[in-house]
Parts: sequence; structure tokens; C-alpha cells
Amino acid sequence: MLTAPPRVLALGDAALTVEFGSEIAPEIHARVLGFAQALEAAVARGALAGVVEWVPAYRSLTVYFDPAAELDDPATQAEILLALARQAPAVAPAGRRWRIPVCFDAAFAPDLDALAAAKGLTRAAVITLLTATPFRVYMLGFLPGFPYLGGLPEALALPRRATPRTAVPARSLAVAGRMCSVYPWESPGGWHLLGRTPVRLFDADHAADPALFHPGDEIRWVAIDRDTYEALERRAATGGLERGSLLVESEAQP
Amino acid sequence: MTGVLEVVEAGIANCIQDAGRPGYRSIGVPLSGAADPLLLACANRLLGNAPDSAALEVSLAGPRLRASAGAVRVALAGAVSARLIRANGTVREVPAWQTATLFPGDAIAVGAPGAGVAYLAVSGGLRVPLQLGSRATYPRARLGGVAGRALATGDRLPCATVGGDPWLEFRAAAPFEHPPGPIRVVLGPQDDHFDATALATLLGAEYTVSHETDRMGMRLAGPRLAHRADRGADIVSDGVAPGAIQVPADGQPIILLADAQTVGGYAKIATVIRADLPRLAHLAPGAPLRFAAVAVAAGRAAYRAQAGTFAAWCARIAPFRPPGAIDEAALYANNLVSGIVDAHEAPPRP
Repeated sequence: MLTAPPRVLALGDAALTVEFGSEIAPEIHARVLGFAQALEAAVARGALAGVVEWVPAYRSLTVYFDPAAELDDPATQAEILLALARQAPAVAPAGRRWRIPVCFDAAFAPDLDALAAAKGLTRAAVITLLTATPFRVYMLGFLPGFPYLGGLPEALALPRRATPRTAVPARSLAVAGRMCSVYPWESPGGWHLLGRTPVRLFDADHAADPALFHPGDEIRWVAIDRDTYEALERRAATGGLERGSLLVESEAQP
Repeated sequence: MTGVLEVVEAGIANCIQDAGRPGYRSIGVPLSGAADPLLLACANRLLGNAPDSAALEVSLAGPRLRASAGAVRVALAGAVSARLIRANGTVREVPAWQTATLFPGDAIAVGAPGAGVAYLAVSGGLRVPLQLGSRATYPRARLGGVAGRALATGDRLPCATVGGDPWLEFRAAAPFEHPPGPIRVVLGPQDDHFDATALATLLGAEYTVSHETDRMGMRLAGPRLAHRADRGADIVSDGVAPGAIQVPADGQPIILLADAQTVGGYAKIATVIRADLPRLAHLAPGAPLRFAAVAVAAGRAAYRAQAGTFAAWCARIAPFRPPGAIDEAALYANNLVSGIVDAHEAPPRP
């Protein structure tokens, strides 16, 4: 039984985490997504005072309160959250479906050969596995717009690098353990770098919706060659790469 | 009316901060904002600004700023002082906890804070563009501040010009001081990854702030906090907050600070209460600290009590005429008439 009865944990005096289990599993994440919807409705009808925001994660959701607001006492808050958590149905992810171009050129994929060797695969087989797999966005975090993707096949799973890099280039496709992601920004990081996308994952000027991906979205990588990458990168740099053009739905349209 | 402060010398790692960027944590955007929101509020209230107006957070070495348009009023809060360099060359010391007014051509050189952060607020607040509802600088994603980075020489910082009598300044009756004592924490959320010995060590031992400290987090050195063998240091990543005390496998705690990432994969043994977070901003590398556990309700009561202390501090801000203000006013009026500035001439007496 993966899903446990929910429990509420204090994260300091101004946040509470509602936990549904201790593993990464679609069943547990479905409960997190269902709880997020129930919480949104509860906050909208004023059932919980002083809520600033909440962060859905793999197996839990953290609610942040305004410490300057008139808050219910901690025990009452926990009761309200537990009641919501017990009642909320599990919700299957119903996100958008993306096709994201990735260039696996050696210059962008410094760890591709090492990962292939470690897993007894050819370079081409690794790329085939990556592009054949649908990935699911479980949560965003670590950096603005950084998606934690589930679904990496066991055949590609490798613990993170012993020594993290001090600077991972922005938009690197990376894997670690059973997770996959793209670094939206240059940052230190210990994941294995297997390619690069020209797509911007976060745009503050897109103020209503700055992050490209949302929890529940499905992503497939599409291999592109270096010339295509450079052309798309030039378009993206000038804002000419429309987000809508990366959605599967748009392919059906004339 | 719009005033402008021009950055003549950027100093080191000085950045624009306000109350931060709530509302975007679910897409990975850190809260950010002032490391000590109370000192930010003090500097702003001296000027009559809203307490969370954007101001400069000064840490290692303060900047030198020159008023290039309009009369601009500034105020410092924290263990810091500045020199006010008039366009005519006269120099006077400007202590913290009071305002000073810069006329076009005047400059202010902010010193190095004694320990941790200090704030320089300006009339009307720093009016750089809002990004995702805040002006707080978060360089990693190039958000807020000036072009999403720390101050650079040549930056022009828009603000408001001073209203009313520019020679009538304001000062606080006393510095705003944080109370001493252990840093108060609420245990958890993953205190069950540790046995009773580790919890007793956290609450009984002394820890030291290491050099590996920035706006994202503060690494401590001290007795090792061992994880339970059946639980370990790693968890499936969940939400974190400034103040969360992560313990990686080496057993040395890391306190997350204002620019903390939004989720984390290390067990959090305890979390600093909101009222005590600002105190962490004043602990330099090598400083000792101890922890004490409190209940959630006690943490919230401490936050309300702190708001009361701040309100009482604000109520004791009063106007004053700084020594020499009358001379300076006359000199300034004279300069306006003659258009000549001579640093070596004694200022005329009224």
C-alpha cells in the first residue's frame, strides 16, 4: 500500500506540510494534485485564513501562511488541512502535452558517452530511449521553472555525479537516478548532462504564466541536429519561438 | 517628482531588496527579499516610506552614490555609517538611524557594516521595475534589482524627491536592536530522521557560522547530527522555507536563508521561527550560535511581539535640525544665487 493516511508536519511557525507518503509514485502524486484542487477551493471560500501560497511536490504539499495575518491556532489549521486531505479525491494528471526539441550533439552532451558505457548501451540507444519515453512533470523547484520529471527508464538510471559541476550551462537536459530535467538557468549541478534544448523554460516577461511547464504536463523530447538547434536558438533568443508551437495539440491543426 | 541616485562606486555585492516575491514558489521562484526585513522597515519608516519599499541591502562594502536629479533623502539602518560629501567638497558623517538629504551633485559613501547586513533606504523607495510583483534582486534567474544583478558602477536608481523642508531631518530615539539569546526553532518537519541524541545535541551544543554562507544559506560547523540508520539524510524532495535547517549526510547543519530554493531533498531537523530569521543576517563567519525549541504558537506570539516592538520604535521617530544645517542651507542658497562653489571658503553665516 503506497498511499498512507495523510499527516501534517510543521515547517517552522508559518508553514505546514501535508504528506501523503514517502515515495515517488503516480498514485501518491495523484493525491497531491487532488489535494491542491481541494485546497484552492477551500482558500477561495475562506475556510483557511492567511494562506499566501502552496507548493505541490512529489508526495506532499506545503502551505505557506502570512505570520502577520490573524491565523487559526496551529491545531485547528492541521485539522482543517487533514479533513481536506482525507476527502480530496486522487486526480489523474491532465496536463498539456509538449514536444521539446533537444540537440544531443557531443558539445551539449558531455556525459552521454559515460552514461551509455555505464549502462552497457550505445550512444544512439540512449537517445532512442530518451526520445521514446513520455516524461511527467511532478513538480517545479530548485530554480525558477526547473521541472522534476518522472518516468526515466531503469535502463538509463545512474546516481548523480560524485562531484557536482560548478556551472551547468542553461537549458541542459540532465538525468540523475530515475529523474530527468532541464536546467533553466546556469547553475551548479550534479546531474548527468545529455543534451541541450533551445527552448526557454522560464520567462518573467510572461508574467501571468512565467514557467513553461506545470505539474501534470507530459513531455517528449524530439532529437534535432545542430543546425536546427542553432536556428531555433536564434528564434528563441528574440522571442520568436512561440510556446504554442511546442504543444502536441497544435500539430493537429492545419 | 523623480529623483535619481547614480552609482559612482558599486561596492561589493550590494543589491536591491524589498519584502520579496511571494506567490511564485510553486514554479520554483524563491521568496528572496531583505535578509533582515525589520532593518529594511526601520530605514524606510525614517523616510516615511511604506516599510517594505525597495532599498539597498549593504553587506561587505557599501556603495558611493551621487544625487544627479532632485533633492533625495536617504536613511541608514544597521551597524553602519556613511559620509555625506557635498558638491562643494564639505564632508560630514551621517550615522545610521537618521535621515540626510542630498542635493544634485552631493554624494553619499556608505561604509562597511559591522557584521551582516545594513540598509540604505531612499525617499519614495527605489523605483526600479517590478518583476513578478517585486523589486528583490535574485541574480540566479536575473530577476529584480537593476537588470537582475547586484549594483554596478554607472547604474541610475530612480526614486522620489524629498517633500517638505529639506533641512528638517528625522531620527530615531535609539537603534533598533534584536534581542539576544538562542535562535528559536520549531522541530521538524523531519525530526523523525534523527534520534534523541541528535536532537539533544542540536538544542544543547554551540555551533559556529562557517565561511560558506551567502543569501541562499548558512553552513554551520559543530558537533555532528547523526541521522537514524533506518532513515538517512535523503528524503523525497518537499517544500522548504527560509529558516529550515537541513542536515546532509555529513551531519553539519545548513540553515536556508532568503534566497533559498523552494524544495529540498535533505532531512530538515528543525526550522527557525520567523521572528528570529532576521537575527541570522547579522552572524558573520566564526560567530557562535545556539538553538532552543519552541512550539508553533510560541513562535507566532514572538512574531506578534516583535511587530509591537517595531511599532513602538517607529513612534519615537522625531524631526530635528542637524548641527550645521542652517549654515548648509545658507551656503546652498548662496550657491544657487552665485552659481559658484568654493570648497576652501568658509561657509557664509546668516
